[in-house]
Amino acid sequence: MKLHEYQSKTIFAKYGIPIPKGRVAATADEAKQIAEELGGRVVIKSQVLVGGRGKAGGVKVAKDADEAAELAQQILAMTIKGLPVRKVLVDEAAAIATEIYFSITNDRAAKKPVMIASAAGGVDIEEVAATTPEKIIKVHIDPLLGLRDYQSRDIAASIDLPRELWRDFSRIASGLWQAYKETDAELAEINPLVITKDNKLVALDGKMLIDDNSLFRHADLAEIRDVDEEAPAETEARRYGLSFIKLDGNIGCMVNGAGLAMTSMDIVKLFGGEPANFLDIGGGAGADKVAAAMRIILSDPAVQAVLFNIFGGITRCDEVARGILTAMDEVKPKVPMVVRLVGTNAEEGRKLLENASMITAETLADAAQKAVAAAKG
Amino acid sequence: MSILINKDTRLLVQGITGNEGLFHTTQMVSYGTNVVAGVTPGKGGEWVLDGKVPVFDSVKLAAEATGANCSVIFVPARFAPDAMFEAADAGIPLIVCITEGVPVQDMMRVRNYLDHKKVRLVGPNCPGMLTPGEAKVGIIPGNIAIPGNVGVVSRSGTLTYEVLYALKLVGMGASTCVGIGGDPINGTNFIDVLEMFEHDPHTEKVVLIGEIGGTDEDKAAEFIASRMTKPVVSFIAGQTAPPGKRMGHAGAIIEGSAGSAADKIKALETAGVKVAKHPEEIPSLLK
Repeated sequence: MKLHEYQSKTIFAKYGIPIPKGRVAATADEAKQIAEELGGRVVIKSQVLVGGRGKAGGVKVAKDADEAAELAQQILAMTIKGLPVRKVLVDEAAAIATEIYFSITNDRAAKKPVMIASAAGGVDIEEVAATTPEKIIKVHIDPLLGLRDYQSRDIAASIDLPRELWRDFSRIASGLWQAYKETDAELAEINPLVITKDNKLVALDGKMLIDDNSLFRHADLAEIRDVDEEAPAETEARRYGLSFIKLDGNIGCMVNGAGLAMTSMDIVKLFGGEPANFLDIGGGAGADKVAAAMRIILSDPAVQAVLFNIFGGITRCDEVARGILTAMDEVKPKVPMVVRLVGTNAEEGRKLLENASMITAETLADAAQKAVAAAKG
Repeated sequence: MSILINKDTRLLVQGITGNEGLFHTTQMVSYGTNVVAGVTPGKGGEWVLDGKVPVFDSVKLAAEATGANCSVIFVPARFAPDAMFEAADAGIPLIVCITEGVPVQDMMRVRNYLDHKKVRLVGPNCPGMLTPGEAKVGIIPGNIAIPGNVGVVSRSGTLTYEVLYALKLVGMGASTCVGIGGDPINGTNFIDVLEMFEHDPHTEKVVLIGEIGGTDEDKAAEFIASRMTKPVVSFIAGQTAPPGKRMGHAGAIIEGSAGSAADKIKALETAGVKVAKHPEEIPSLLK
């Protein structure tokens, strides 16, 4: 789950990381009022969950409250990489001397958290990593010990931070580690962490990704998820515990297991079709869940055919068949459906679907070919 | 012959009295697996499966009483890390965690702790293992595979079943099938299992089923090129996955171009691995 900049910075502040004064606004009037309260120059920053906001013109500096209102109006009318801007963050403008990159993320290869810093901050860090990897400092943190102070000092020294700022930097590092750990973040990033002209460290921008699997112990974070930023069908799917991603094709896919779901998409494509979605009903799905999955797939007007590929292990094919029948009763689909049931209780499942006017298939390749043909009409 | 599990496996089931635990224990026992004990805190002294399997309050008590040498975990995600720590502290040398949805930071702590203890973990978020005709630890349906000389290692669950089933349909069997799981941080990776297959005299060929995300397949390719003498056939899922989107498995996310199916396929082919276009093509590539 991605957090907005303003949400991430609120969390940072809670852990003692200095951030600029500012608030989030949904209208130009609100932005103006915040700018008046702050006084002086302010930055108006679009709050959308994609990178490259600055390059897209979604971040602008205003010299006073009137200009803040004007720029907020403009930015709130923008769509950045397909996402309409619904909120802007109005922050006091900082006098920047130096920009630093600073983050903690999961290093899956090392199986440890890694703290990453670079004196070349403020820009696209992937670019820095690709062209001048020597400018990126990485320090792994033992997840059983946590961040040690000497590690923070080592990083400060490696990015040539002035000595008088080492103590403040260590506090920020420790705050970032706590924020990362206590929110179960996959990424906690400050880019840039700036040294202001009056020699203070401030986190000007913030980005956090929270591990979806950890949300059971973070009710407060689950609540602030911005569902406006995802396809409504994806929100609906999550409610039922389904893993769903909307794609651009016309063949709806319902599969059990993520690997098999990806494979089913691949094989549809291999035989000349285009998958309309990725949908994993998970292990042991009952009839209710299957019916919900089918409603979600059929709510996409682009869908011309549906492919059901179920390999029963924990999932029982007869349960899935019951879900399909329930949903067909409700939705009365007009598109052709191809079904393949193998594994646990497959016989019983096939029997249940005998009178349901569905196209049946034996193998995965057979199922995909039939679905592709059916979608062409 | 086989790797990791066989007829001498003395299995303990953590979470044995839960719905899934009980259902799959029944399946494992009817397959012929030697299930010696179960653990559910607070239910010590009970018996399950018509008095066949004793339940204990802790892994330590169960291991002491029964000499269990492998544990399979069926507890919910929020309790799974504790279950893994408990099994490791009780001296169980092989832990298999079926549970899906364990938070990544928990897994980093578990993995680093278990490495200190020199305990092997398979999973989490995996279907477990199957040595056809000998033992089944986890949830792989027993009837979809027959004994044979093909070692199977996979990051997926149901996709693995497809492959085992496709092999069975043409009369090919498996030595052992190991589901290493779909999570970004897991206990056992491709290389660990490839090395075991390379040294197992009864495994003659290997099938590696990978997917998008991470670099495990690339490392496997390097290992195959430099260290393996046995032929390897592969399939990589997620060739049509859009970048940046998570495809169900927490590990299956492609960031930028790293971890894409195309890159992995290229790395494997360079290492001399035949890569199937779809899973049902695998048996013909093994011939």
